[in-house]
Amino acid sequence: MEKRELVCVACPLGCRITVEIGDDKSVLSVTGNTCKRGEEYAKTECTSPTRMLTTTVKVTGGKAVVVPVKSASPLPKGLLMDCMKVINKASAAAPVKIGDTVISDILGTGVDIIATNNAE
Amino acid sequence: MLNYELVVVGGGPAGMAAALEAKDNGVEKIIILERAQTLGGILEQCIHTGFGLHYFGEELSGPEYAGRFIDLLEKTDIEVKTDTMVLDIASDNTVTAVNNKDGLLRIKTKAVVLAMGCRERPRGALSIAGSRCSGIMTAGTAQKYVNIEGYMPGHEVVILGSGDIGLIMARRMTLEGAKVKMVCELMPYSGGLTRNIVQCLEDFGIPLKLSCTVVATHGKDRLEGVTIAKVGADLKPIPGTEEYVPCDTLLLSVGLIPENELSKNTGLALDRVTNGPSVDEYRETERAGVFACGNVLQVHDLVDYVTEESQIAGKGAAKYIKGEKISSECAETHGEGGVRYIVPQRINIKTDSDVKLYFRVGAVFENAKIVVECDGAELLSKKKKKLTPGEMEYVTLKQAVISQLPAGSVITVRVEA
Repeated sequence: MEKRELVCVACPLGCRITVEIGDDKSVLSVTGNTCKRGEEYAKTECTSPTRMLTTTVKVTGGKAVVVPVKSASPLPKGLLMDCMKVINKASAAAPVKIGDTVISDILGTGVDIIATNNAE
Repeated sequence: MLNYELVVVGGGPAGMAAALEAKDNGVEKIIILERAQTLGGILEQCIHTGFGLHYFGEELSGPEYAGRFIDLLEKTDIEVKTDTMVLDIASDNTVTAVNNKDGLLRIKTKAVVLAMGCRERPRGALSIAGSRCSGIMTAGTAQKYVNIEGYMPGHEVVILGSGDIGLIMARRMTLEGAKVKMVCELMPYSGGLTRNIVQCLEDFGIPLKLSCTVVATHGKDRLEGVTIAKVGADLKPIPGTEEYVPCDTLLLSVGLIPENELSKNTGLALDRVTNGPSVDEYRETERAGVFACGNVLQVHDLVDYVTEESQIAGKGAAKYIKGEKISSECAETHGEGGVRYIVPQRINIKTDSDVKLYFRVGAVFENAKIVVECDGAELLSKKKKKLTPGEMEYVTLKQAVISQLPAGSVITVRVEA
C-alpha cells in the first residue's frame, strides 16, 4: 500500500488530502477532503489526472482581438499542450457569445472548448 | 446637480454586488461610476477558472463571474456610467466625477460605497538595480497583454514574487509557449494559494525558489537577464549567492495595494496594515454614510468573499439611507500573536446579526488554534491544520455573544501554535 499527500485544486480552499493506494493502483481511501469534489479530485489525480484548460482564441471581424475560452470539463493533464496547439490555430468569427462552442470535441476527448466572454 | 440615494464608486465585483444588494434592500436611485470602458473590473482579464465556487457552487472564469452580475444589473434600474472617473467626495458626501460625454458631474447623494479595488505594487516600489529597458512589467500588465490584447510580451520569463497573479501568469505564459524559468519569492513561503502552486508551477515543472530575490536587471533596450540571490532571515541578499539567469521578461507579482487615493483625499484614516479604511460590521467608514468593500478595504484572495463583503456594505448603505442604521457603542477588534489585522475594525454591540471577523496571519502556522477573547474571557476558539499569510481566514462571532460585550471593550484574535 502507498500513501500519497495531495493538495486539492478543486477550489481555492486547497484542502490537504491523504490518499491510500493499493498495490493494484486502486484508491483504497481518501481522507482530509472537506467536500465530495475533493474526494473525486483525489481519485482522478491518482488514476488519470485532469485539469481545466483556459486560454484565448483569436477573433476575426470584430472589435475584440481575442476571446477567452475554457474546456467545458477537465481535460487529461498530459494533453494540455497538444490542445493548446489546436486552439492557437483556431479562430472565432465575431460576434461570440458566452457559452458558444468554439471548438467541438478537441483531440477526440469529447470535450468542447467554449467561450467565457462576449466578443463583439 | 444630479440627485441619487447611493453612488457606488467602481463597477468591479465589489461595486456591482453592493449596488445590487442595496437595490434588493429598497434603495431607489443608485448609480455606479466606473473608470474603465466596461463593468467587471479586473475579472475581465482573469480568464482562468476557480471563481464562484463558494457563491455560485460552480467553477467560473473571471469574465463569466462578472457576467452573472452584469446580467443582474441589466435587469434593474441601477444606472451605470463607464469611462467616468470620480475626482472627489466632499464632506457632505457630494460626489464630483468627470467623463468626456457629460463633462463635470456633481452628484448629491445620501450614501457612497467605495469599491475602487486595488492595484499592483510596481517596479518603482522595489529597489532593483538596472536600466529602464523593456521587458519588465507587473504580472497583471502581462495578463492584460496576453488575455485582452492578444500578444505575448516575452519568451523567456523570470517571475519575482509568488502572489497568485504571478503563479497564474507562470502557467499562462507556459501554455502560450514561453519558457518560464523560475518564480523567485523573497519570503520563506509563497504568498499565493496552495492550489495555484500545485496547478500552475508543479504541473509544468516550474521551480519555486523561496528566500530568493532579483538583485539586478541587465540589458539596455530589452531585458537580457537578471541576477538573483538568496536572502537571509533579514530578507537581505547574501553576498556570494548571486546567480545570472538569462531572460527577456521579468514579471513582478509583489503585492497589491488598495487604491485609496480618493479615500485619503476625502479625509478617511487608513488602517496601517490593510491600507484600507477602518470600518464597522456593516463596512461603514469613520465618515457617516460612506461605506467601503472589496479590495479597496482589504486585499482578498477570492472574489466570492469580495461579493459577500460587498453585499454586507450594500445592506449597510440601505439601512443608512432608510434611517435604520444601528448606532450603538462599539467594541474594537485587535489582532495579536501572529494575527496581522482584523476587518471589521469595530462592531456595534447592538448589531442585528452575526459578524465574521476576517484576518490574515503574519507567518505560517501548523496545527494552530485561533482564539478570540474579550477582556481576558475566551469568546471562542477554532482549530486549524494550517494557516498561511496567503490565505484569508475568518471566525464568526454570534450576535448573542456580541450583545453581551461591554461598550468600548477590545476583542482580540490571536493564534496559538
